[in-house]
Amino acid sequence: MSAAEPLVTFARAIAPPRSRQQFPGYLSRGMLYAIATLGAVVFMGPFFFALSGSLKSAAEIHIFPPPLVPSQPEWGNYVRLFEMPGAYFARWYLNSIIITLASMVGTIVSACAAAYGFSRFRWGLRDFFFIVLLSTLVLPEEVVIIPKFLLFHYVPEALFGHTWIDTWWPLILPSWFGGGAFSVFLLRQFFLQIPRDLDEAAVIDGANSWQILWKILLPLAKPALATVAIFSFLTHWNDFFHPLIYLSTVENFPMSVGLRWFQQLANDPGEPREHLLMAASMLMVLPCVVIFFTMQRYFVRGIVLSGIKG
Amino acid sequence: MTSQLLTDRTGPSLVRVQRRSRLSPRAREELAGWLWTSPWLLGFLLFVFGPMLASLYLSFTQYAVGSTPRVIGLDNFVRALSGKDDLFWPSMGRTVEYALVMVPIGISLSLLAATLLNQSLKGTAIYRTLFFLPSLTPVVAAAVIWRWLYQPDFGAINWLLWQLGVDEGPRWLAKPDSALPSLMVIGLWTSVGGGAMLIFLAGLQSVPRELHDAAAIDGANAWQRFRNVTLPLITPTIFFNLVIGIIAALKVFAVAVLATQGGPNYATWFFNLHLYNYAFQFFEMGYASALAWIFFLLVVTLTYLNVRWSRRWVYYEGGDRP
Repeated sequence: MSAAEPLVTFARAIAPPRSRQQFPGYLSRGMLYAIATLGAVVFMGPFFFALSGSLKSAAEIHIFPPPLVPSQPEWGNYVRLFEMPGAYFARWYLNSIIITLASMVGTIVSACAAAYGFSRFRWGLRDFFFIVLLSTLVLPEEVVIIPKFLLFHYVPEALFGHTWIDTWWPLILPSWFGGGAFSVFLLRQFFLQIPRDLDEAAVIDGANSWQILWKILLPLAKPALATVAIFSFLTHWNDFFHPLIYLSTVENFPMSVGLRWFQQLANDPGEPREHLLMAASMLMVLPCVVIFFTMQRYFVRGIVLSGIKG
Repeated sequence: MTSQLLTDRTGPSLVRVQRRSRLSPRAREELAGWLWTSPWLLGFLLFVFGPMLASLYLSFTQYAVGSTPRVIGLDNFVRALSGKDDLFWPSMGRTVEYALVMVPIGISLSLLAATLLNQSLKGTAIYRTLFFLPSLTPVVAAAVIWRWLYQPDFGAINWLLWQLGVDEGPRWLAKPDSALPSLMVIGLWTSVGGGAMLIFLAGLQSVPRELHDAAAIDGANAWQRFRNVTLPLITPTIFFNLVIGIIAALKVFAVAVLATQGGPNYATWFFNLHLYNYAFQFFEMGYASALAWIFFLLVVTLTYLNVRWSRRWVYYEGGDRP
């Protein structure tokens, strides 16, 4: 760095003020806006068509050329969805909310505990287990899913006399045991950046390790907690693989497998149902967008501050 | 250490704490470490390490749920690799094909998007949000929406083509030739603006401005500055996204289940569909475990090669690795 210092000073001296732009010139600047806008259109286009489709009437859904916006928005589609025979959208939505929140709370609680153990205490195999934790980041779930399935079938059967397959336990319980390597890793990185002096001051004031976590680390780690919360919410809300494997009773489904169930119903010939499928998809996207916007401010900071950039 | 010295001299509250446990401070720290980490440790043993050993054992057995596993040596692996299971190699091929297209294109587009967002354009926050929204979309919803877009007679894509003068657009998901590329587009839509882009953005923002200014003074144009200043400095981020991206692409499953059911004519029959089918449709848990281990070994080998290869091209500031 020191070798480059004179050069940098020189550069600062002759650089035009506020020269943030890397591509100089009026034209290329315009081109950047054009590319960014094109990107935004490509990314948002499907949402536009889905939203417009969700507001069309059954009569309008199979028209070519398709009207870009429905002649009269059918908000009733969003109501009709909940009254569809053979589908249980109200139930599925509620199921999704319960499963997601229960897993999210488990993730936050147990990941905080593990991250605290990894970042603030010296213990025998800590560094070894931290490497193990990191390597589970790249472990594909497919490798362990079969024994996990058997575990959730046979162990509860032996202990309680009934299987946990086709219940929510296999979806929720694992989150309460560490909440996934990514959450632990992110929180640990964040805890490590909080100065130890704060802990030590608290120890002098008579705080025990529980109080240090609760009163010192957690309030300072809000951006990381929000990041973990968002990731965990999205992971469980979007999860399709696990409910597909563990659940078979339609009334127990969360939205993800419920929507697929409904999609297969809707594939039967007969009255078009694409508008209802679009409405259901929009309803499934909605909570993700809401939670992102409410926590966005913490979220980006959480990623940047944890130093997860390689 | 300092804290320990100080605590020994402090007031009554700490003395009480000390008296309660007979352990030395060092032993107490050891115990606390294990205790705080224990939920994860237990979860690791119950849901990761134990199951891995179990599936390794099962991969050498013939095991239908309800019966007792019968050890059959390497038969499951032979059955897979020798082609006796005639969908094994095709499903592997599809999956690798998918990854070979998705990883380079996905990473390049994510980097391009992140670079755009790093140009301090007006409204960057809005662009960032718009780019990011598709990656928030649940895969089920994405698949349902895209099926509708791809719908040959009334879908938006063929309507756009019709505007451009194509009278009869392709039957995207219904034809073996176009089904796989169609799924790739869905995959790109949901991943380009997601985590990889945010991680690139964080990487780009950590490139010191001074280096850019210095290069500019030396007469480097925008492309040269990107190529010779930015790119080397963000190689750790590229490496990270590469490792994660390869694994994510190889795991492709849900989008195929939802949009094509692995068809038409097995054109999108990915490896994990194959595995899922044997495990949870046929309940041949022994053979499926062998498939799972083959997949695991593939992922581990690729990740290992990636790490080895990274030493040649990833630049770590100060020479140390994270």
